[in-house]
Amino acid sequence: MIPELGHFSLILALVLAFVQAVVPLVGASRNRLALMAVGRPAAQGQFLFIVFSFGCLTWAFVTSDFSLQLAATNSHSETPLIYKITGVWGNHEGSLLLWAMSLSLWTVAVTVFSRNLPDVFMARVLGVLGCVSTGFLSFTLITSNPFDRLLPGAAQGRDLNPLLQDPGMIIHPPLLYMGYVGFSVAFAFAIAALLSGRMDAAWARWSRPWTTVAWVFLTSGIAVGSGWAYYELGWGGWWFWDPVENASFMPWLLGTALMHSLAVTEKRGAFRSWTVLLAIGAFSLSLMGTFLVRSGVLTSVHAFATDPARGLFILALLVLVIGVSLVLFAWRAPTLSGGGSFGLVSRESALLGNNVLLAVASGSVLLGTLYPLFIDALNLGKISVGPPYFETVFVPLMTPVIVLMMIGPFVRWKGDDGDRILRKVAPGLVASAALGLGLAFAIGHVSWRTVLGLSLAAWVLIGSIQILVQRIADRRGAAPGARLRSIPSSWWGMWLAHLGIGVFIIGVTMVGSLNTQIQVKMMPGDTAQLAGYTFTFRGVKDSPGANYAAARATLDVTRGDSKIATLNPEKRFYQAQQMPMTEASIDIGPFRDVYVNLGDQLEDGAWVVGLFYRPFISWIWLGCTLMALGGVFAAADRRYRRLAEREVPVGAAARQVA
Amino acid sequence: MKAKFLVPLFIFLLLAGFLGYGLKLNPRELPSVLIDKPAPQFRLAQLSAPDVAIANADMRGQVWLLNVWASWCVACRQEHPVLNGFSRQKVVPLIGLNYKDGADDAKAWLREHGDPYDTSLVDADGRVGIDFGVYGVPETFLIDQAGVIRYKHIGPVTPEAVRDVLLPKIAELKRAG
Amino acid sequence: MKPRSKRLVLLGGAVALLVGAVALVLTAFQQNLVFFHTPTEVAEGKAPTGRAFRIGGLVEQGSIKRAADGLTVQFAITDTAKVIPVTYKGSLPDLFSEGKGAVVQGTMGPDGQFKASEVLAKHDENYMPPEAQHAVDEAQKTAKTVKQ
Repeated sequence: MIPELGHFSLILALVLAFVQAVVPLVGASRNRLALMAVGRPAAQGQFLFIVFSFGCLTWAFVTSDFSLQLAATNSHSETPLIYKITGVWGNHEGSLLLWAMSLSLWTVAVTVFSRNLPDVFMARVLGVLGCVSTGFLSFTLITSNPFDRLLPGAAQGRDLNPLLQDPGMIIHPPLLYMGYVGFSVAFAFAIAALLSGRMDAAWARWSRPWTTVAWVFLTSGIAVGSGWAYYELGWGGWWFWDPVENASFMPWLLGTALMHSLAVTEKRGAFRSWTVLLAIGAFSLSLMGTFLVRSGVLTSVHAFATDPARGLFILALLVLVIGVSLVLFAWRAPTLSGGGSFGLVSRESALLGNNVLLAVASGSVLLGTLYPLFIDALNLGKISVGPPYFETVFVPLMTPVIVLMMIGPFVRWKGDDGDRILRKVAPGLVASAALGLGLAFAIGHVSWRTVLGLSLAAWVLIGSIQILVQRIADRRGAAPGARLRSIPSSWWGMWLAHLGIGVFIIGVTMVGSLNTQIQVKMMPGDTAQLAGYTFTFRGVKDSPGANYAAARATLDVTRGDSKIATLNPEKRFYQAQQMPMTEASIDIGPFRDVYVNLGDQLEDGAWVVGLFYRPFISWIWLGCTLMALGGVFAAADRRYRRLAEREVPVGAAARQVA
Repeated sequence: MKAKFLVPLFIFLLLAGFLGYGLKLNPRELPSVLIDKPAPQFRLAQLSAPDVAIANADMRGQVWLLNVWASWCVACRQEHPVLNGFSRQKVVPLIGLNYKDGADDAKAWLREHGDPYDTSLVDADGRVGIDFGVYGVPETFLIDQAGVIRYKHIGPVTPEAVRDVLLPKIAELKRAG
Repeated sequence: MKPRSKRLVLLGGAVALLVGAVALVLTAFQQNLVFFHTPTEVAEGKAPTGRAFRIGGLVEQGSIKRAADGLTVQFAITDTAKVIPVTYKGSLPDLFSEGKGAVVQGTMGPDGQFKASEVLAKHDENYMPPEAQHAVDEAQKTAKTVKQ
């Protein structure tokens, strides 16, 4: 009964989504307030129905109702409660419902927080979001109904894939989806702007906090996913350039470009059509990512069961949404000429340069991800594009981005003196290059990549200090404390996020340069050495869990005479899925991780043990955390709230370009 | 409309074309090389009677289904109730191919979940399975009176697949024969 | 600087950047593409020598052996037509086992042993990696054409 309620509720949500898509858009084009006003309640009602539907699905999982197909294939009565709940989105149908729910949550957030938008504009934004929601809800209901029954019900479920039974999977998909889907708001604002022909500073200011918050979610989602891969896949790697990882990374790159481009559009009115294109692009890549994962066009470790009919449906959706937006763009964007002019040496130029580089980087990831498909389609054979391609392309593209990133804040808007900038940044640049070279010698690993990485990191750190000092020095007269307090939160956001990139680069460079690993055969009492650490194998014991059997090893890690840690890697066997799983054990430290996994047992009773040394790897995620935190600071700037309230009348009266 | 603003649209349409083509290459849409070809030769012992072997010739003259299963196969459990229901209708013989399995495990599994098969053939080393081009278990083959494979179902058989595909195809083959 | 010449500089910069990026991507592809071959193609000598490539197929029954050191693994990969012996040192994926599909990446040694640097198996119990399926598919197709 409860699943049927959920199904019915989802159908009602679709009806409301359709209403939300059509009525406000018609109202906006005919300038009828009553019709426009329908959007808000429709969006909120839709949200309630989807949440109820999601609740029903969760209920079926929690109560182990195996007459529900989805629960029978993705849950088990012995599964721990938390993984019964995450099982709801650990599959195709449930994750689509999560997608629809996040879209609806974002829409409701727009109706609540952007209450002061002009009615016409709001109606168009809600209409566009309603269109997207209609598409996804019908996709869910027609091709992937999560409430399909299995009659007669199964006595026992097949359990959730053991890989997904992990704390990381509790928050990774919701964060990632909130990020993916969050770009729909920026997209809806852009389309609404195209429809109404107004793309001014006010529009950019309305979009900015939404874009930033979505970016924060996406950044955190990607970081959590990478952390999950690091400890769960058991290979000690943190990024694999897997198609599904790329699918989330592409919108991140374009979303980063969009945030910066919006800043220029808000401050200087320039780059308008470019900003709109980026907003369309970031959301398109999110949709494309969903397509790639869901259609099975590209297979990867993440792929759930795939189905060509679903692929076709979502491709049609993709073509419709992106195609229509790009036609609209081609039709309306040419009317957006002008905007603030700027000199060759100006902050606009620096931001434009970074924007183009980020877009190119995103394109190169797209190309690398889809290239095997192109080659296959043209019948030229079967190939795969591995991490070396992405690394080769990425380093040269990102190096100028990082250099420009720290120069930009020194440069004035509109135009500046090239010599003045050079005098300001040259000492820092020279010092960082020297520091990078020196540090590479100090750690005993002099390769061009290490030197480049450390130099860039030093440049970010030195630049950050320099910018902060200058920012404080610029406000003469006030007391130091007052000067610090007067810096707006959005500036701190920028500063932190950029600093985070420096921290991130340190992590990546150090792991890339100094990581070591060995595989050894160990009997109880045996010891092995790695990177100055001694590992003593104490043997293996049986250690059953709720829904799996496990062999649990004990290893003592010592350095010199001092004991560092006791690690317990496991080899698990999940009964319901008949699937073995390696569970690594990690001693996490600020400057290094020591990572151990347990391999097979050999005929003579010895075990194969993998030992990994990963210097500075936590800095990768520390860097991501700083970036996300920077986003939070930027979005929390008082200015948005204040200006949103104060300037709405002005915005509403802004010129209309028909 | 300026031409340069159409560039993104064209790039996207090109991409969409490739993606659409990519769907056709879906690895799960297996172009079964054996469809409309004679079923591979086999001669296998029965699970319930190891001394009595069954070969292609024994099935000549009737339409029948060959279902590849194993006690270790998780998805088989899902389709098993469907097969039980199907065999009760007594439309055509349903022969099991017990693929890479232990005889005791297999018998215990049938005792537990019910035995829909007229008989199960033992393919312990998976040789016959490979001849049939079995990629994964379960798979189901529809074979006609002349011993030609007419249809192959990949993955668990669903009630819909029985109703919408298997039964109509069987009726058609029976009429033709 | 006049607006016109500023435009030219910006345009020139953008074009140069694009050309550079395309050149970068092309060379990166040139060097880093990994081609996929079926065991039959490898046996016929169609696979490149001295360059990494991938082979997909089934891990042959009874072929997995560990060397005396316990760490080097030897096995054979087959598309049901031809068999290629493989040696690999490192940790095997959880779902790697005999009779199941697998994809290996590495180079062909002069002794006819494929030296794998990477072994991939899909995280799915019932189905094989698409490349492995493709290899078996191709072999079956050829077998049929030969028979008729």
